[in-house]
Amino acid sequence: MAEAKKDILVVSSSPHLRREENIPKIMHNVIVALVPAMAASLYFFGLRAILLILTSVLSCLATEYVFQKARGKEITLADGSAIITGILLALTLPPSFPLWATAIGGISAMALGKHIFGGLGYNIFNPALVGRAFLQAAFPVTITTWTPPLTMASVDTVTTATPLALMKFEGKITPYLDLFFGNISGSLGETSALAILIGGLYLRYKGIINWRQPLSYLLSILLFGGLFWLISPSRYPDPLFHILAGGAMLGAFFMVTDYVTTPVTPLGQWIFGIGGGFLVIIIRLFGGLPEGVMYSILLMNAITPLLNRYTRPKVFGELE
Amino acid sequence: MAFKTFAHGIHPEYHKEATAHKGIEKAPIPSKVIIPLQQHIGKPCKALVKKGEEVVCGQKIGDVEAFISSPVHASVTGKVLSVEPYPHPLGGKVEAVVIQRTGEEEEGPQGNPGPPDLDSLTPEEIRKRVREAGIVGMGGATFPTHVKLSPPENKRIDTVIINGCECEPYLTADHRLMVEEGEGVLWGALAIKKAVGAERIYIGVEENKMDALTILKQKASAFPGIEVVALETKYPQGAEKMLIKAILDRDVPVGGLPMDVGVVVQNVGTAFAIYRALKEERPLIERVVTVTGSGIREPKNLLVRIGTPFRDVIEACGGMKEGRKKVIMGGPMMGIAQMDLDVPVIKGTTGIVVFGEEEIELDGYEPCIRCASCVEACPMNLMPLKIGDFGRLHMVEEFKAYGGMACIECGCCSFVCPSKRPLVHWIRIGKIRVREAERKVGGS
Repeated sequence: MAEAKKDILVVSSSPHLRREENIPKIMHNVIVALVPAMAASLYFFGLRAILLILTSVLSCLATEYVFQKARGKEITLADGSAIITGILLALTLPPSFPLWATAIGGISAMALGKHIFGGLGYNIFNPALVGRAFLQAAFPVTITTWTPPLTMASVDTVTTATPLALMKFEGKITPYLDLFFGNISGSLGETSALAILIGGLYLRYKGIINWRQPLSYLLSILLFGGLFWLISPSRYPDPLFHILAGGAMLGAFFMVTDYVTTPVTPLGQWIFGIGGGFLVIIIRLFGGLPEGVMYSILLMNAITPLLNRYTRPKVFGELE
Repeated sequence: MAFKTFAHGIHPEYHKEATAHKGIEKAPIPSKVIIPLQQHIGKPCKALVKKGEEVVCGQKIGDVEAFISSPVHASVTGKVLSVEPYPHPLGGKVEAVVIQRTGEEEEGPQGNPGPPDLDSLTPEEIRKRVREAGIVGMGGATFPTHVKLSPPENKRIDTVIINGCECEPYLTADHRLMVEEGEGVLWGALAIKKAVGAERIYIGVEENKMDALTILKQKASAFPGIEVVALETKYPQGAEKMLIKAILDRDVPVGGLPMDVGVVVQNVGTAFAIYRALKEERPLIERVVTVTGSGIREPKNLLVRIGTPFRDVIEACGGMKEGRKKVIMGGPMMGIAQMDLDVPVIKGTTGIVVFGEEEIELDGYEPCIRCASCVEACPMNLMPLKIGDFGRLHMVEEFKAYGGMACIECGCCSFVCPSKRPLVHWIRIGKIRVREAERKVGGS
């Protein structure tokens, strides 16, 4: 009876169904979500933007390749994660930043930010921001030298100040519409709040990010920015300015939402966002730098393992 | 739109359309049945028959003196070929009575006409008859039903919930039972209510089974104290704790049972088996099995004799397609992949799902990227990424501290994981390690 037919039966433990999602699909969607910000950088800063992005991405890919090759690991360039790091790093740099220095940023992002910890999934800090921090330390002047966008009315000046620097050092406020659309000087991909928002909404629509992370960060910036504004409206900018200027939007939608380096628990994500927003305001208003997004996220990255540990959700039916 | 439900969970593709509208068919009576002496959670039965003995369909052939146990019955008339360890669908080999059919009977045992109505039965009699009929939880858990019907004195039961969710993808056995045997299900529910002294009955059905909901609502209007509740279609809505949460908003405590919150939950198949046991005095010798999946030529809902080899059941559905296959007993989320098609259908066999090449995934897994999908999917509000690693790495204390023992193994975490990490598998390892460690402490 049974001998008549030998069937090849595959055995594994349940569940036997898996969602179709995988790491490359998620990463590729994030790249798609970054397209509006990249397009805005092209529009405002011209072909130079593309050169910077390409340099950054290629240096990230090359570094990842070298590390994986040296460690005898599978080469995972196609998963898209190194490309995202490269794009994000480029988007946080001034348009006039030298290409060779950009490559150094890419190499340090991947080496110090990712592969020194063991590669994808093991890093503590956002790799793009590690690269950015490295460049900030290595080239403090170059990285704060800004060129105006091609679309700005007065292009006779070679360099201009960013809205945050104008606010901090000259007490000048840039019009909101310029901030929203991005017609300002600043980092490549941080100027246009609109372009970033489109990408962020796309990520939410695809279910790749939740609302909690970007909103907690932005609301916290609004709250603490608003607090100081209420205390002294003449001395401190209003909260909306804080949201639209600098890297707040890019950070909120593409860095505070990074999977690997931010908490996994809902409460931990709230704390991360609120703490990060608080740090942005403190650094912007009282620190030596005009911008605080980068350090706010890196500092919160550092306490993420702790947050995960101490914000474990209550198990269903757990008595307290 | 706002159907009742629980927090978290997942929305897999259900693939129920292949059998959802196919009526229950009687499978051919097999020439040989294998009746394992353990088809329930609890103490295994001892065989009451010997090799060479003649048995009649419905005859009790295995039982044991133990409260948490359930007898087994011959599902055909014939001769005992052997009493020997036999491959069991839950894994390993289990002592089983193998019967060669000699009887020509097609209709099964002639049950006695049962009691005219429930009023003539006391709760004690109901429990006794349920036990004698060998009824166990037919949603797959196979916990002896008479035990669930015997709540201790200090646990007052106010509510009976009949579980008609059938949240496992692919399965439609309960669905068809509700559509075709709604009255029996309701009658069984009333018997359960009487046995535990409850005040009301809820029948929870996911809203993807509108026909069953309509029929049950219609029929239930004839009975007092039964409410049919439409629930959101979401996995694992049919898990006891999630069902109680959705319908009554009560939280079963960790490590506790539904009776701790005054509830007894029974599957619709169990309610129907109780109906047949009481009303017709028929022991549990057959059940509805959904046979489906891309590897099956003709998916069906079959009424199958307990002990029928999987091979025969699959043959009754036109056999399997070519190529590699995965044969699962139960649904694809919690079912068990089989190594051998000679295993018999048991009381807990809700379905036989056969997957072909396209559904068989044997890829490795990637590092965790801490996307938190598993945290957001877990209906028990656990951190599967953590307890999975603790299980994998044999970190017993950490596993316990993060509530790993509360995992219901529903599979939501593994399902959503983009890195394809076998989280439930690791959590099972963790549970085994915890039990080992506790045994060691207890034994020393």
